[in-house]
Amino acid sequence: MSKKIIELKNITKSFDHQTILDQINLTIYENEFLTLLGPSGCGKTTILRIIGGFVEADGGEVIFDGKNIASLPPYKREVNTVFQKYALFPFMNVHDNVAFGLTIKKLKKSEIDRKVSEMLKLVGLEGFEKRNVNQLSGGQQQRVAIARALVNEPKVLLLDEPLGALDAKLRKDMQTELKKIQKEIGITFIFVTHDQEEALSMSDTVVVMNHGSIQQIGSPIDIYNEPKNRFVANFIGESNIIPGIMKSDYLVQFDHCDFPCVDHGFLPDEEIEIVLRPEDIILSPPEHGQLTGIVTDITFKGVHYEIIMKGTCRNYKVQTTKYYELGTELGMSVIPDNIHVMHKMKEEWQ
Amino acid sequence: MKHFRSMTIPYIVWALAFIVAPFVLIIIYAFTDGGLSLTDASFSLDSFHDMIDPLYATVFARSFETGLITTAVCFLLGYPMAYFITKFDEKVQSILILLTTIPMWINLLLRTYAWIGILSDNGILNAVLKSLGIQPISVMYTGVAVNIGLVCNFLPFMILPIHTSLSKMDPSLLEAAYDLGANKVQAFVKVVFKYSIPGVLNGVILTFLMAISAFVIPKLLGGGQYTLLGNLIENQFISVGNWNFGSAISFILAIVILFTISFLKRVDPDDET
Amino acid sequence: MKKFHTSKLLYGIYIGILFVFFYLPIAVTMFFSFNSSKSLTHFSGFSLRWYVNLITDREIVDAVWVSISIAILATLISTILGTLTSIGISKCRKVIRELFMNINNIPMMNPDIVTAIGFMILFSSLRIPKGYYTMLLAHITFCTPYVITSVWPKVKNLDPNLADAAMDLGATPFQALYKVLLPMLKEGIFAGALLAFTMSFDDFVISYFVTGNGVSNISIIVYNMTKRTNPTINALSTIVILVIFVTMFIVRFIPYIVRKNKKGRNHILHEEIN
Repeated sequence: MSKKIIELKNITKSFDHQTILDQINLTIYENEFLTLLGPSGCGKTTILRIIGGFVEADGGEVIFDGKNIASLPPYKREVNTVFQKYALFPFMNVHDNVAFGLTIKKLKKSEIDRKVSEMLKLVGLEGFEKRNVNQLSGGQQQRVAIARALVNEPKVLLLDEPLGALDAKLRKDMQTELKKIQKEIGITFIFVTHDQEEALSMSDTVVVMNHGSIQQIGSPIDIYNEPKNRFVANFIGESNIIPGIMKSDYLVQFDHCDFPCVDHGFLPDEEIEIVLRPEDIILSPPEHGQLTGIVTDITFKGVHYEIIMKGTCRNYKVQTTKYYELGTELGMSVIPDNIHVMHKMKEEWQ
Repeated sequence: MKHFRSMTIPYIVWALAFIVAPFVLIIIYAFTDGGLSLTDASFSLDSFHDMIDPLYATVFARSFETGLITTAVCFLLGYPMAYFITKFDEKVQSILILLTTIPMWINLLLRTYAWIGILSDNGILNAVLKSLGIQPISVMYTGVAVNIGLVCNFLPFMILPIHTSLSKMDPSLLEAAYDLGANKVQAFVKVVFKYSIPGVLNGVILTFLMAISAFVIPKLLGGGQYTLLGNLIENQFISVGNWNFGSAISFILAIVILFTISFLKRVDPDDET
Repeated sequence: MKKFHTSKLLYGIYIGILFVFFYLPIAVTMFFSFNSSKSLTHFSGFSLRWYVNLITDREIVDAVWVSISIAILATLISTILGTLTSIGISKCRKVIRELFMNINNIPMMNPDIVTAIGFMILFSSLRIPKGYYTMLLAHITFCTPYVITSVWPKVKNLDPNLADAAMDLGATPFQALYKVLLPMLKEGIFAGALLAFTMSFDDFVISYFVTGNGVSNISIIVYNMTKRTNPTINALSTIVILVIFVTMFIVRFIPYIVRKNKKGRNHILHEEIN
């Protein structure tokens, strides 16, 4: 069982009479890659800054390695941060930037030089010591920022949307790199992003947030396949969210049709919501489908086509690799495993 | 972060003591009648009533008139200067601007003193005129001398903002005007001048406000006979000892200037807070 | 093309005439500082007697000392005060910041006669004897806003995360200030200090009203001497003018010289790598 490294207990924070964080409880373990995921303004960066020591929570405890560090200033914490726009010191070269934390600790010059070149090698910037940081590309600057943080051997690394400024291809490459570095160094990475694909591909644990509270915590697969509520279902991947009734265990009714499913534990005839992923809806000739509909829109997305099917009760978003003419009547089916039932979300949370 | 905010405290204390307090004191003296000591002071608008006296009204009028003349001359001489400077290339321009600025850094007293040497009755100007066979002119201690001194002093303050405004103009605006059929004069009036108006306003208002509150130049080049508001204030405090009246005039002068500048800052889009 | 050149010539002539207007008093002053006689209109011969007089005249030497020492002290204190305050105010809320900037602008926008009167009233009311220290206090007060005006725009443009990054890496707030923020603000601080020095050295009206006890600076001495012509003043002016000219040109052209050196060094570095 992994050891707990950070525990946030009942953290609250308001600013200008607006609630930024509402009773946040979160446990973070050693060696895990944890991502705080959510839309702008959900509070994920605030949590990061509270852990880093740049913002003080209004209430609650921040336990680090068993001790409450809520009042500890950032320069006394064993965490380091990679900032969104890197915050490299423009008047220093790469070596001096990376060495900054070590010079503060007053290590010997030879020691500093050794650690800096080791770290530059790790991030793929071997030999860049004397370079001017202003002349580096975005990707290179980012690696300097990572090296600068990691060289101090923190117990936890905080990353505040570090890949936001990079173009798509570079982003994907850096995602792989960061994951590799995390595994190699073996410390906890707390990563903040609003990009759900990024979160799913890199993380061991994903924390989905909205409006200052945690919506769901789980592994990428859990979050994707079993979203707890409408917000998570909508935010992660594409989804069709359909209101329905849980007739009894393993049987759900929606859109005038009964479907066998794998969920249970709901009250009989409870109003619930169903999530159907577009890639899980199987298209067939109309007589073979559980539901029927007409193709009203088809968009080529490269990997697949995205089709809007107009059914009797609503439109469905469907992903398929086959092309269909507009106006074609088709049947839609879904296997029980792919019907996911959620408790109906309270109105004010939507 | 909280840590750095406390660094402002020393200066805030200092500012309260040395910027706010004196200003408040001026206001208090302006609106009371106790004289030097405030112990017997009571609210009074006497000082403001006194200002309407013709003796002092002339001073106000003369200051205003001087301000207008100085500003007008500075504008007429300074705008072409600023405009012509922009016609040269960048390196030359920065040297020209540097040369324009340098006199501003030289002590005002020293510069004004030099003008005395030139303009006085037995000064250089008359020496040159005499050698050319022209009647010497007695300009010293008159309004003319004061205005010359003021114009010489304030011209850079008119030139710099106008030049800044003009040099920010994208030259393709002129090309667009020509392309659309304007001739040189029209293009200048409709495009260039219009574009430079913020700088012009800046320069004009700055020059005017500084001219009406001038103190040294009227005193040195105008002798005791050419009293402007600044001299009046000095007179009230040093010679006459009427601190209330002196404060009242200071108060009016300060309020006019502060309001005008705040207005200017609101109009000028280049200002940053 | 011909038209183009003649118009530039005309521009140059106009600019030249105005420069004559600006520099005439300066030139005349410098010219007559070398006059062997007392006259300011007839040049009798070349002489350095007035420069000698400058060094021996007790009054003038004292005044120069006062001007320079106050300028240096006021610059030092106002630069430190102004820089720290600019950094601190950037972390305050907008409302406080705006109020503060307005108050800060008052000494710059007020005519100096009003500022001078204000100080005079303040010192009299508090029964502080007027002299060197009141002059110093007044100078610091009107110099600091200029420093803030120079430094604040640079602070505003700083990446707000820089100080956080430094502290994240283990620097105390003081270390973050010293190692990261101040180096980044170097240019603004220097420009502010230069401005402060000039404002102080140049000042007359405020110094005139807040001094006492026989303490005078250069401006006050000149003011008192204008009734009698004294070419010693010309000598003083000439020195001041030359110093200013040299300083302004150095300040302007230092960046070019530094850049040229850097280019040379980079060139060598590249060659070594290759």
